[in-house]
Amino acid sequence: MTDTRQNPANNKGGSLLQHSARTRKRNAAERRFRAYGIAAISVGLLMLCVLVTTIVGRGTGAFQQTFVTLEVELLESKLDKSGTRDIDAIKKVTTFGYAPIIRAAVEAKVAELGIDSPLKAKEMAGILSKDAAATLREFVIANPDQIGETVEFRFLASSRVDGYMKGRVSRDSIANDKSISPEQLDLVDALVSAGVVEKTFNLAFITGADASDARPEAAGMGVSMLGSLFMMLVVLALALPIGVAASIYLEEFAPKNWLTDIIEVNISNLAAVPSIVFGILGLAVFINYMHLPMSAPLVGGLVLTLMTLPTVIISTRAALKAVPPSIRDAALGVGASRMQAVFHHVLPLAAPGILTGTIIGLAQALGETAPLLLIGMVGFIASNAPETIADGLLSPNSAMPAQIYEWAKRADPAFYERAWGGIIILLIFLVTMNTVAVILRRRFERRW
Amino acid sequence: MNQMTALEKDVETQKTKIAAKNVNVYYGESHAIKDVNVEIEDNTVTAFIGPSGCGKSTFLRCLNRMNDTIDICRVTGDIEIDGEDIYDSRVDPVQLRAKVGMVFQKPNPFPKSIYDNVAYGPRIHGLAANKAELDEIVEKSLRRGAIWDEVKDRLDAPGTGLSGGQQQRLCIARAVATEPEVLLMDEPCSALDPIATAQIEELIDELRDSYSVVIVTHSMQQAARVSQKTAFFHLGNLVEFGATGQIFTNPEDPRTESYITGRIG
Repeated sequence: MTDTRQNPANNKGGSLLQHSARTRKRNAAERRFRAYGIAAISVGLLMLCVLVTTIVGRGTGAFQQTFVTLEVELLESKLDKSGTRDIDAIKKVTTFGYAPIIRAAVEAKVAELGIDSPLKAKEMAGILSKDAAATLREFVIANPDQIGETVEFRFLASSRVDGYMKGRVSRDSIANDKSISPEQLDLVDALVSAGVVEKTFNLAFITGADASDARPEAAGMGVSMLGSLFMMLVVLALALPIGVAASIYLEEFAPKNWLTDIIEVNISNLAAVPSIVFGILGLAVFINYMHLPMSAPLVGGLVLTLMTLPTVIISTRAALKAVPPSIRDAALGVGASRMQAVFHHVLPLAAPGILTGTIIGLAQALGETAPLLLIGMVGFIASNAPETIADGLLSPNSAMPAQIYEWAKRADPAFYERAWGGIIILLIFLVTMNTVAVILRRRFERRW
Repeated sequence: MNQMTALEKDVETQKTKIAAKNVNVYYGESHAIKDVNVEIEDNTVTAFIGPSGCGKSTFLRCLNRMNDTIDICRVTGDIEIDGEDIYDSRVDPVQLRAKVGMVFQKPNPFPKSIYDNVAYGPRIHGLAANKAELDEIVEKSLRRGAIWDEVKDRLDAPGTGLSGGQQQRLCIARAVATEPEVLLMDEPCSALDPIATAQIEELIDELRDSYSVVIVTHSMQQAARVSQKTAFFHLGNLVEFGATGQIFTNPEDPRTESYITGRIG
């Protein structure tokens, strides 16, 4: 007994109430490891918190916009000199022709409220967006019968005024800014207290098109969202059937030989190929060789399909592999053919996994930017919503991540805010898609 | 081991249902079945016994060409059912498997309703012209599987929700629903408790009236209880094949004797 006591490893003969040196060491190691794990998770959570708070903090501003409410008298003398309400004649009046009307409206408003301002009418109108004239012109062209009436409009304020309302622009920061003067800010303050200038929810940011450099306040994600939508349609229509068919063949029917081994290795490798490579491939093949239109969601969709296919194939094969072989045996055993066994039994059981993989692949494609830069799906797209599906597929468009990139590289800080806002929208889409994937998996998961 | 019951088994000779001649099976390089010759009779329960890895399951799966699904598996020799070579190039394995049903080691009902489990085979083979006929087939099959009384009130319940023994009887019902002529059973009771095993064994004895039953089993008692003929496999060889009573009481080969007395295996 005495010599076993010298062996600390098993503590033979020792009391169970006392830990041997080896046990203590082992327990300490376990505690340390747990601490590392908790520390790692905490760091991850902290990063996530920083990410989310930064994005939300910087991006929510984009969902609010400053508007100026004005009553505008649509002077017949300026807009329709002939008085015939001939739409072609009305269309000849450019936005410059509308500027005096807006100026008059601002001046009238300031006078009505009794605000004392040293500014000239032109400078007063400077608090409005350059988009105001376009808004007015569109309204007149759509409603020529309103000419001569006084109509109330909610015009976008200029990006500087908007920034002032959101705290981005201060009187100090505009010292060297030619776009706005302290007097204009005084006017804004006065108009805010009169309720003429107010900050409200900005639906146009979600539904609208991009706007030129001078009008960040008018820029929206809507059209690029449509671009992304059309691309996702292409990806879904191509990647799902091709990917599922390829996986079923490889997993259930293909003989295992060197050829299928090579295919398998290559699919795994394709999943790891940088997306920019797919972009340049798309540029070379789809645009330079096949002469498909530049910047079209069809081309973007094709490129993203190439990129998504490996993901879909890998997850589909994993889902098929997870179906127990006993189910295939059972089907074959009662005399089903290989195809019947797959389509009647294996595929329905693998469907949740396939759907999950496809949705995650789509989400990946939705957030992909690099290949889109190469095929020109980035840039100023101010066009409105496409009218037909073919139009949507073939006419130039942007995509959500490309639009965000585009905004982020523009100079005006107002665009920077919209880039963050765009990221929020993109993230909402991605989180929604991933949640759907998780729900599908939970809901249809079979246990056997 | 109750060898007396085995002795008293009816061993009258029936006509040959399956005849295997010089069957060899290779898995890639390894030679899994070596030159097996065996004649399996109709309306008889034939048991394959032997230690693990001796090739009895492999041989069983040759009888309905389930080994076709394994790429590296190669079968040579002749296996004839009713005088027709099942490895003939003109034979469609799907048609063969409708004729030779199979029950597996682990109960493997489809994750569908009890009704659909049984109805699946008849549906894909077009055995029922309408719903009423299909209902009839399902009921008949479940009765044959000795499970009708337990499930008749919940045919819409999932087959996977039954107990292990019930699942296995459901699988037997599913196998007989396609009206096979031969029923292959690969250790059908190895996942079951003694009571469920007894029920299945009783069922196997009843099935003998309509089918030629081939059962692979690890349990020598089970082989002795349910079979009329027994084949002993060892290391890929068919060591001995004969009447069950003969094999268990008076084996010719010393290896058989060693195995059934528990010295090897």
